[in-house]
Amino acid sequence: MTQSEIFDRVVKILTPYVKNQEALASVSEKTHILDELKVNSARLVDVVLEFEDAFDIEIADEDVDSVETVGNAVELIQAKLG
Amino acid sequence: MRRRVVVTGAGVIAPNANGVADFELALRKGRSGIRRHEKMEELGFASLVAGVPQGVDELAANAFDEDLLRAMNSSHRFAALASVEAWRDAAFSPSAAGDAAPDWDTGAVIGTGIGGMDTIGERVVPFTDGGKIRRLGSTAVEQVMASGVSARVAGLLGLGNQVTTNSSACSTGAEAIALAAERIRRGDAKRMLAGGAEGASHYIWSGFDAMRVLCRTMNDAPERASRPMSASAGGFVAAAGAGILMLESLESAQERGARIRAELLGAAVNCGGQRGGGSMTAPNPEGVRRCIRAALADAGVGPSAVGAINGHLTATGADPREVESWAAAFEAKPGRLPPITSTKSMIGHALGAAGAIEAVACVLMLQGGFVHPSINCEDVHPEIEPHAASIPHELLEAPGLEVVVKAGFGFGDVNICLVFRKWHA
Repeated sequence: MTQSEIFDRVVKILTPYVKNQEALASVSEKTHILDELKVNSARLVDVVLEFEDAFDIEIADEDVDSVETVGNAVELIQAKLG
Repeated sequence: MRRRVVVTGAGVIAPNANGVADFELALRKGRSGIRRHEKMEELGFASLVAGVPQGVDELAANAFDEDLLRAMNSSHRFAALASVEAWRDAAFSPSAAGDAAPDWDTGAVIGTGIGGMDTIGERVVPFTDGGKIRRLGSTAVEQVMASGVSARVAGLLGLGNQVTTNSSACSTGAEAIALAAERIRRGDAKRMLAGGAEGASHYIWSGFDAMRVLCRTMNDAPERASRPMSASAGGFVAAAGAGILMLESLESAQERGARIRAELLGAAVNCGGQRGGGSMTAPNPEGVRRCIRAALADAGVGPSAVGAINGHLTATGADPREVESWAAAFEAKPGRLPPITSTKSMIGHALGAAGAIEAVACVLMLQGGFVHPSINCEDVHPEIEPHAASIPHELLEAPGLEVVVKAGFGFGDVNICLVFRKWHA
């Protein structure tokens, strides 16, 4: 799976949780998930479960701590996919 | 001096109608919302009928975004839809999410009898027992915490006054109205959304079925299954939904030129102490009578002013005792009791939401000048026969209807009585 395919799927999974539609319209790898997309931090738990299902991977709780931007999420998933 | 409390908005999600306009039509027509329930049949319940609000998922999908919907079980959906309707009905617009200031003058008391049993049964128990704790995600707690229904509504509408959930079994929905009114009377809030919500879930109903208190004799005739005051009443019909009133101080309503639907004139709550014939599941008749008299005293009206009674009347063996208690509290000889009707005859028993949905019915009856029919009791119970003339089997046009009394009696021997008066603009 290419990096851009992963990026598209990550954005699709994040979309229902996004509270700032303007930031979503111009989303890039640098976009901050909490600060810019305004995703409720409690919902990150659900986002991670959806990443696991969509990419058939397992993400440890400590892995999630490093995820701040959309690009961080894509990198983490890419690393897990090997 | 205590402030007067009026009703400036109403919302309802009921088995026989969604929204107050259709609910009024349903009440006038005596439309039953009881249907055969497939899941109860599949699981071998003795009672196979229930009152489940129809089309709610579609209404919710149109009203709320996907993020919210994932965290809204059935009681949340009912509470939220009824609350948004009441809010708009009171001429308010839903507030923007985000950084807008909350409405510090408006709160909510929205009760539930049982809580988020669908979430507990479908997710919390199987996932926890299966060792899949992480899989519960972030939305389990907010759906199983008792206050989830009021918290959900507060977030949707940006409420900034007291926001809480009460629970007193089948008294819950009406008790919420009494509690919220008290806060307005004291001057602690200008407005309170008040009522109750109960989810539609076989996990809620199974315990009642095991107690043999659900109707099991009319499985092939669902619309006839809820039979309050009938000789052939066979127990109550499980139901779900939500009823919400916007209560407001008269001062605030008049200041903003709000349309007033009715006045909440008085209220009383008590408990029979599970003494004197009362138990966990049956009311102490003295408690019931005291509660009714206390509500009338609080309202400053005598029994002769009451134009209609909307009883608790569930279609169990308690109905004859209840009618006796109304007659005793009103000191009414046979034939002298005002019209007495049961909304549950059409919608079943919505548990923690029942009193609130039925309070909405009372407000609509006062505004519309009618008493809705109490269906399915063409064969009046022999012990109620002396008061049979007071039961409206058909719609009763009552343009002069001024005062309606609503009571609820819940497990735990808890009682609630509300007194509503017609508003003359």
